[in-house]
Amino acid sequence: MRRVAEIGVPAVVLVVLALVPKVSLDIPVVLNGPLSSPGTLQLLALCLLFAGIALTYDVLFGFTGLLSFGHALFVAAGVYMTAIALTRWEWGLWPTLGFVVLVGLALPLVLGAVSLRVGGIAFAMVTLAFAQAGEVLVQKNPYGWTGGEEGTGLNYDQIPDAFVGVLNTKNLYWLALGYAVLVFVVVRLAVNSSAGHVWRAVRENEQRVEVLGLHPYPFKLIAFVLAGFLAVLGGIVWLLLIGGATPEVTTANFTLALLVMVVLGGAGTRFGAMIGGFLYTLLDQRLGSLSGSSEVQSLPAVLRVPLSEPLFLLGTLFILLVFFVPGGLASLPLRLRGLRSRRPPLPEEAAA
Amino acid sequence: MSTFVLLTITGLGLGAMYFLVASGLSLIYGLMGVLNFAHGAFITVGAYLAWWFGDQIGGGAGTRLVVGGALGIAGGALVAALVELVLIRPLYQRPIEQVLVTVGLALALGALVQGIWGADPKPFPVPSWMIETTTILGASVPNDRFVEIGIAAAVLVGLTAFLRYTRFGLVIRAGVENRGMVSALGIDVRRAFTIVFALGGALAALAGVLSGVYFSVVDPTRGTSLLIFAFIVVVIGGFGSIGGSAVAAVTVGLIQQYANYYASSGTGDLAVVLLLAVVLLVRPSGLAPRVAH
Repeated sequence: MRRVAEIGVPAVVLVVLALVPKVSLDIPVVLNGPLSSPGTLQLLALCLLFAGIALTYDVLFGFTGLLSFGHALFVAAGVYMTAIALTRWEWGLWPTLGFVVLVGLALPLVLGAVSLRVGGIAFAMVTLAFAQAGEVLVQKNPYGWTGGEEGTGLNYDQIPDAFVGVLNTKNLYWLALGYAVLVFVVVRLAVNSSAGHVWRAVRENEQRVEVLGLHPYPFKLIAFVLAGFLAVLGGIVWLLLIGGATPEVTTANFTLALLVMVVLGGAGTRFGAMIGGFLYTLLDQRLGSLSGSSEVQSLPAVLRVPLSEPLFLLGTLFILLVFFVPGGLASLPLRLRGLRSRRPPLPEEAAA
Repeated sequence: MSTFVLLTITGLGLGAMYFLVASGLSLIYGLMGVLNFAHGAFITVGAYLAWWFGDQIGGGAGTRLVVGGALGIAGGALVAALVELVLIRPLYQRPIEQVLVTVGLALALGALVQGIWGADPKPFPVPSWMIETTTILGASVPNDRFVEIGIAAAVLVGLTAFLRYTRFGLVIRAGVENRGMVSALGIDVRRAFTIVFALGGALAALAGVLSGVYFSVVDPTRGTSLLIFAFIVVVIGGFGSIGGSAVAAVTVGLIQQYANYYASSGTGDLAVVLLLAVVLLVRPSGLAPRVAH
């Protein structure tokens, strides 16, 4: 029975998500057009993409206990290397993809090998610094490749026709869905492998792992490379979806948003990070247009100003979640069940 | 030669701001183990409050800067103390959650400032004598650089004296070394937590005001951009060490200025990141030992 639910629920969700472009259902308030309209599909594709990227971050933060502040660097590497190779160097699609895959393996390998030599807060700071270096590099605009603050457009000559144009937004949607599924499957396999068990042991108690005779370092490096590589792939999808590279993917705030997504959904759980990534992106996009609505604009300034800033609402929501739902949204069903059967409190409640 | 002197003094002025931000961060982390991402928001809030109060008061740029700046610093301290009491205090013993709350706070406060005052830079009141230049060894140096360096030096002396000669300073220094022992001796460390947060908030707001003078405008991203370099300064200088922060701040400020001029623009930031990587790999605990002095 459990086994059926374990495979059945994701399968049903997947089928429903895959059919979305075929349905012209209208969901008021949440979305501002029918499901099959290009605008809505674009938004949902972004949500799915961030569900995947958030899960790559969860491999580090939730499953291995590594607090990295530089994950944006890998997404940005995927975005910018693809855009530069296609647009500035005028490479073909396949050489470009091959090159980006190589970069996606080499970059996290080198940076991880260096930064994992320190742990805890020092690790957080080194990764933050590396990401900062990436941001500076993009702003510096070497040889006019990155386009500095304005970013760089995408040369569509080499992109398959199926991904070009507003009418083909549904294909981009499926691409984003495919990416989310790929990340989900790979992460599930990895977490359930023997390396995955060591990751969780490292998260719980690194010293105990050492006492048991295992070196945590190579296992942490595997997690770092896997997460970085999948994030680079996410960057490629991001580039196709947005249609250009912009420096916002290089900023520290981008990584902080990933952290918020993972904690929002529930770090180190099966679906938590994906739910968090999806909801955060949806809220971030929709709260912005909600604030432009006449209802909000007619409010007095004391209410209107905070309500028109999506990040203010998301930040506040995040703080409330950390305080009142420490396990994230994924822990809610368990909590509610616990309330009903008056079972003893969850471990983290007992600890607090 | 004159360029070198100008770069050196400008680098010291930049280092002065890094030091003001980093010293608060360093004390907070050293004492409480909280990596405070909201520190950037304290900078931004302080700078904007100073600008706003100055605007309300009116009068000459000097009056607006001094009165507005004082109120901005008080506001920064108040916001920081409130954050500690309301948001950080209930989460003692849960360090990851504390970091997460400061992350949420950084996002929310930054967005709030932008919502209230808009994303466009605001002109900061700078008295004309600060814009004028003084000639030193052939270099024309804007006078505001001396103000920044002087204030930071005064803060360094004052903070060191506070930590060394007052009872609170003693509790803070002891807490940085061994918090559990201080509690076991029957001293309420938590009062020191609030004081350190308020102090850090005031220093961050002061840095915000001085950055307003340095750049002659304030904008909502000011806090974040200063904060990242302040983090680097704290790590290089060693957590909990005021002296270490001062040395690291000056080093970072100077390297940035020299490399940006003599190599190319932007190289300075990369050089600083490289320095951080090297320091961490050679001495993971930072340059100074973990003692507040």
